[in-house]
Amino acid sequence: MASNDEVFEKIKVALIDALGVDDDEVTPGATLVGDLGAESIDFLDIVFKLEKAFNITIPREELFPEDILTSTTYVQGGKLTADGLSELKKRMPFADLSKFESDPRVQDFGNLLTVKDLTNYVSAKIGG
Amino acid sequence: MRWFWIDRFTEFVSGKYARAMKAVSLSEEVVDEYAPGLTYFPASLLIEGLAQCGGLLVAQVSDFHNRTVLAKIGNAKFHRQVHCGHVLEYETVVTGFQPQGAFVDGKIRLGDELVVEVDLMFAFLNDERFESVTLFEPVDLCRMCRLMRLFEVGLHEDGRPISVPEHFIAAEKAALINSH
Repeated sequence: MASNDEVFEKIKVALIDALGVDDDEVTPGATLVGDLGAESIDFLDIVFKLEKAFNITIPREELFPEDILTSTTYVQGGKLTADGLSELKKRMPFADLSKFESDPRVQDFGNLLTVKDLTNYVSAKIGG
Repeated sequence: MRWFWIDRFTEFVSGKYARAMKAVSLSEEVVDEYAPGLTYFPASLLIEGLAQCGGLLVAQVSDFHNRTVLAKIGNAKFHRQVHCGHVLEYETVVTGFQPQGAFVDGKIRLGDELVVEVDLMFAFLNDERFESVTLFEPVDLCRMCRLMRLFEVGLHEDGRPISVPEHFIAAEKAALINSH
């Protein structure tokens, strides 16, 4: 089983390749969109590279729960409801949602995911 | 300008790989106008040819219904220049296929010599934002496939020939009627 550090190093390689960023930019706390400049099209590339690197399948809805974020039940006034947040936490146990929880504006969700979240997700996926 | 950067397919296996050829000719304006005084085929159009070869390969899987666009070019390596009289072989191999897009390894060879290698990523613009968008008129896309002999060499993995999609034939018939 790969350690978290090994997973991180492989993720780093994938992100450097997919986003053209420098080695030292890929830190655990870096957000994919805000800090590393990922655009929506890059996520397709990142997912593909991670699937190949770790020999896993990543269903889109696991990393990008669009159904929750566009649900009329879970979104009111552009923000996730308490039920929506609890559903999101269930679906994304690997992500640190503490900051998002204080002001869960759907438009801010896109910039939530960090390299650490991705590492946690892959580690769980490969049986860590 | 005609925007065809491969001449014809020589092999095409649905969802797997495609091979195509291109003969570079002095009759192509780009050969001497891209860099006046120097006659060589522009590297960017070598990539475009691979994108056409690979793009049609991945678009065919959906009978050309997926709005397929070249989204990313990665790890492009150019090993030598291409000149008039060169006959190039293009090869594109699908390395990944997902609902939102596909990944293709592309190579161009001149005989045994590697000319270009590149990773291509195609995106399928199928979400609601693009519902009203037509990237290619079906009649134009069909013409491109026919000119490049895709349906003459195209096979499914089990060896059955790839037939011309019904919506292409309907578009051709409509265009014919409108032209009279």
